[in-house]
Amino acid sequence: MIDKSMETVAAAVADIFDGASVMIGGFGTAGMPDQLIDALIDREVGNLTIINNNAGNGENGVAALIKAGRVRKIICSFPRQADSHHFDAAYRAGEIELELVPQGNLAARIQAAGAGLGAIFTPTGFGTLLAEGKETRNIEGRDYVLEYPIRADFALIKAHKGDRWGNLVYRKTARNFGPIMAMAATTAIVQVSQIVPLGELDPECIVTPGVFVQRLVEVQPTTVSIA
Amino acid sequence: MNRLTREQMAARVAQDIPEGAYVNLGIGLPTMVANHLPADREIILQSENGVLGMGPAPAEGEEDWELINAGKQAVTLLTGGAFFHHADSFAMMRGGHIDICVLGAFQVSVRGDIANWHTGEPDAIPAVGGAMDLAIGAKQTFVMMELLTKQGASKLVESCTYPLTGLACVSRVYTDLAVFEVGANGASVVELVDGMSITELESLTGLALTECNRQTPTELKLDARASA
Repeated sequence: MIDKSMETVAAAVADIFDGASVMIGGFGTAGMPDQLIDALIDREVGNLTIINNNAGNGENGVAALIKAGRVRKIICSFPRQADSHHFDAAYRAGEIELELVPQGNLAARIQAAGAGLGAIFTPTGFGTLLAEGKETRNIEGRDYVLEYPIRADFALIKAHKGDRWGNLVYRKTARNFGPIMAMAATTAIVQVSQIVPLGELDPECIVTPGVFVQRLVEVQPTTVSIA
Repeated sequence: MNRLTREQMAARVAQDIPEGAYVNLGIGLPTMVANHLPADREIILQSENGVLGMGPAPAEGEEDWELINAGKQAVTLLTGGAFFHHADSFAMMRGGHIDICVLGAFQVSVRGDIANWHTGEPDAIPAVGGAMDLAIGAKQTFVMMELLTKQGASKLVESCTYPLTGLACVSRVYTDLAVFEVGANGASVVELVDGMSITELESLTGLALTECNRQTPTELKLDARASA
């Protein structure tokens, strides 16, 4: 019998290793898998490469991971925010490497990894600082930049409901990077508000089919606050 | 001279958004356009974090922080709205499915280049978000900005000095003093505020400007939907 559900968040992240690459879902705090991140911080592994849209907000989640000194490099589109002080301090101190990627290219590169593509040609960023030194090509009159897939050892994702096969549905705009990060990571780990019996999720409405998910863990939903 | 307020600029942009259009409003000034969309037009707002059919802000105390816009503000969903993941959202944008994107800018060049993501200062932490995807993705990109900086420098320029966001992608520039069309043929003036002349605009911007006889933006190809 396939059962991808785990008893605890600690067990769900128990094999994340020093130097691992970890995708973390969420746009600001919407969809941020806060309890999996807390469990990762408890593991005391460092030297991580984090792939997230942002570089942490306030004191929790990705911000707490950076504050704890666990992040060597972050790949994101929008690090600088009003409440990104932990990233800002680490970046200015030269303690964290930043790879800045336009948001749509970030999504496309993650999806490309999950889809088994070798690279993509994207029009976004052509002629800008973020495409400097990159291969370009004119295809049918439009200019494109060659960008490579972004894959990861692990993905930490927040979804709304899941079942023991790993099928997932999300909630509102908390979906954001979840479905594509689940595809792009070797091990996709998901925190859900509820694990429901197999068959309860409407097959027409499942957003992430279970094949992309390796583990899920039910957590008490936390109050999501303003980003 | 009758310089437009930001609300008036937003209302002016809204006038040019037709019935049936799918529109993305950038963070900052362009967000104000939503408050001025004519009630008799059905216009669908996209937010790149994954929502189509975005509605206004909820009442205080009714916020759902898993229903937010690209600026991470709480919003609502209109009847018929939909959620989707980031790759679909940017496919919508990059794939040319969004009719109009309205952006703020530091500078726009007469050929339609835009700079709006980075000041280029050495100590600035760069952040780009969806700016580059939005600039080049929509069928038409409008910019909404004050024409002059606080120091009086024109933000409509011959060639951008700030790091570029996108090349030759802006078609219209809505400012507090005039509306411009920009592109391969350079900049032309669509309309002026009361008391402003083309000569005075040329002196303020240092650009050679022509008058544009087309008052409405390049006709949107709403194709199959046009007959609906």
